[in-house]
Amino acid sequence: MKLLPGEPYLRRRVVDVVARGLCVVMFVLAVVPLLSLLAYVVKQGVGGLSWSFFTELPKPVGETGGGMANALAGSAILVGLACAVGMPVGIMAGIYLAEFGKNRFGDAVRFCADVLSGVPSIAVGVFVYTLMVLTMKRFSAIAGGVALGILMLPTVTRTTEELIRLVPDTLREAALALGVPKWRATLRVVLRTALPGIATGLMLAVARAAGETAPLLFTAFNNRFWSASLDKPMASLPVQIFTYAVSPYDDWHRQAWAAALVLVAAVLVLNVAARLVVYGRTAR
Amino acid sequence: MMFMGAEWPRSESSSSSRKEPMAPPEDQTTPPSSEHKMRAENLRAWFGRTLALKGINLAIADKQVTAIIGPSGCGKSTFIRCLNRMHEVIPGARVEGKVLLDGKAIYGPTVDPVRIRRRVGMVFQKPNPFPTMSIRENVLAGARLNGLRVQEPEALVERALKQAALWDEVKDKLGQNGMSLSGGQQQRLCIARALALEPEVLLMDEPCSALDPIATARVEELIHEIGERLTIAIVTHNMQQAARVSDFTAFFLMGELVEYAETDALFTKPQDSRTEDYITGRFG
Repeated sequence: MKLLPGEPYLRRRVVDVVARGLCVVMFVLAVVPLLSLLAYVVKQGVGGLSWSFFTELPKPVGETGGGMANALAGSAILVGLACAVGMPVGIMAGIYLAEFGKNRFGDAVRFCADVLSGVPSIAVGVFVYTLMVLTMKRFSAIAGGVALGILMLPTVTRTTEELIRLVPDTLREAALALGVPKWRATLRVVLRTALPGIATGLMLAVARAAGETAPLLFTAFNNRFWSASLDKPMASLPVQIFTYAVSPYDDWHRQAWAAALVLVAAVLVLNVAARLVVYGRTAR
Repeated sequence: MMFMGAEWPRSESSSSSRKEPMAPPEDQTTPPSSEHKMRAENLRAWFGRTLALKGINLAIADKQVTAIIGPSGCGKSTFIRCLNRMHEVIPGARVEGKVLLDGKAIYGPTVDPVRIRRRVGMVFQKPNPFPTMSIRENVLAGARLNGLRVQEPEALVERALKQAALWDEVKDKLGQNGMSLSGGQQQRLCIARALALEPEVLLMDEPCSALDPIATARVEELIHEIGERLTIAIVTHNMQQAARVSDFTAFFLMGELVEYAETDALFTKPQDSRTEDYITGRFG
């Protein structure tokens, strides 16, 4: 190619503008579904929100009004159970993989975690159904918590691993050279340094668990009444949304939209809060 | 290069003001142990299948500064990492032969490497303060991470930071994050952190190579001061630095100890032609 003065530069500028333009267009395409979904949920859901939505139990079929207080509390309990199941196992597995897992067993665990993260959530539900619901002979909140916990597991494990790997080796060496045993160095220096990132990963896992419906259908099932007992069926927002959305009643549809809005907002608030906490800790 | 004598007056004056350094043994395989803090006997170190140290015999004089020089990859860092059992931290790394600390083998089957590292401190090439800790916490890290209770933490912090010549610069901001300091200050913080454990030996692995000349001068000054009370082994690829700070100098090449002598003697009258070639800048 002959190098004319100015010509290659013009060409590069054109390529630059086109490439940048494409990126902007693709970005907009990627954001449109998210924003339109949010807008639609807000538009449909705001009308169903009221004080009684948050405080009252569902009304019997045929009566209008009532709320989803039990499903709100149920979702919180189920997600709490899921965290109790998924986080200790996932975080410790992640620590193992990052610090000690450079061997065949580690590779096997990593592979299993990756496969597990691809397993459809309904399959996890069926698995826990056979494992717990059939043996306990009833639907229970604890089974729901276990199912959600299993779903969280791969995300928690792999994010913990990735973020612990990002901690520079110089810090491990600094701790070891101070005569700190490896286990203490791992917990108090490495894990501590990776914590902000891990917290963000955990929030993503929690958000995912909070929105899952399928695994709860045959584990925690549903409940139209207040229940805090972990060995009884328990209501949850996603299942309640599902039940109401497929019903023939307009009032229930309205409530399903409101519940969807609350769920999205809760996940959003959780994420923002986690980021703020993490930011507050690191900015110091 | 004709840099001795005239250009480095310090090493002249100091050798007369200090207590008379005993000459390193002529026959390096049988150094007298009494005046030596540490001694390596036929020390061999591997990285996987690569032999990085090919049988080193070297004694490190008590309360003196010993410099280890040599071109990149000559095994000088590996050598000092063998002195506090930090070499074996690297996956696949292995050590053979003997290292004695006060006449006792540190690679004995019953010796806990963690104990050795508390007695033999280390400062690394890149400053590595703990990013999640304040300046104060960094200084106390050695004790705190080991779960030891510090009697008077404030006094210890002040003493260690004064020893590291950092106190005046940070005394009003001990609560600030260690990472907020400049590179040279961070390195002195790391030195304070190591000194706070009151080690008997301090190993320094190219402590100034990431620092600018002014910060380097400060750290060198510091090495002089603490070298009065403490045994120091410093790795450097800067020969002027070795000449400035050390009492003895060892020259390593391809995993072997080529020459070991009083610093003045090694730089003015090298016995081995390879040493001469290296210090006159013919290679390396």
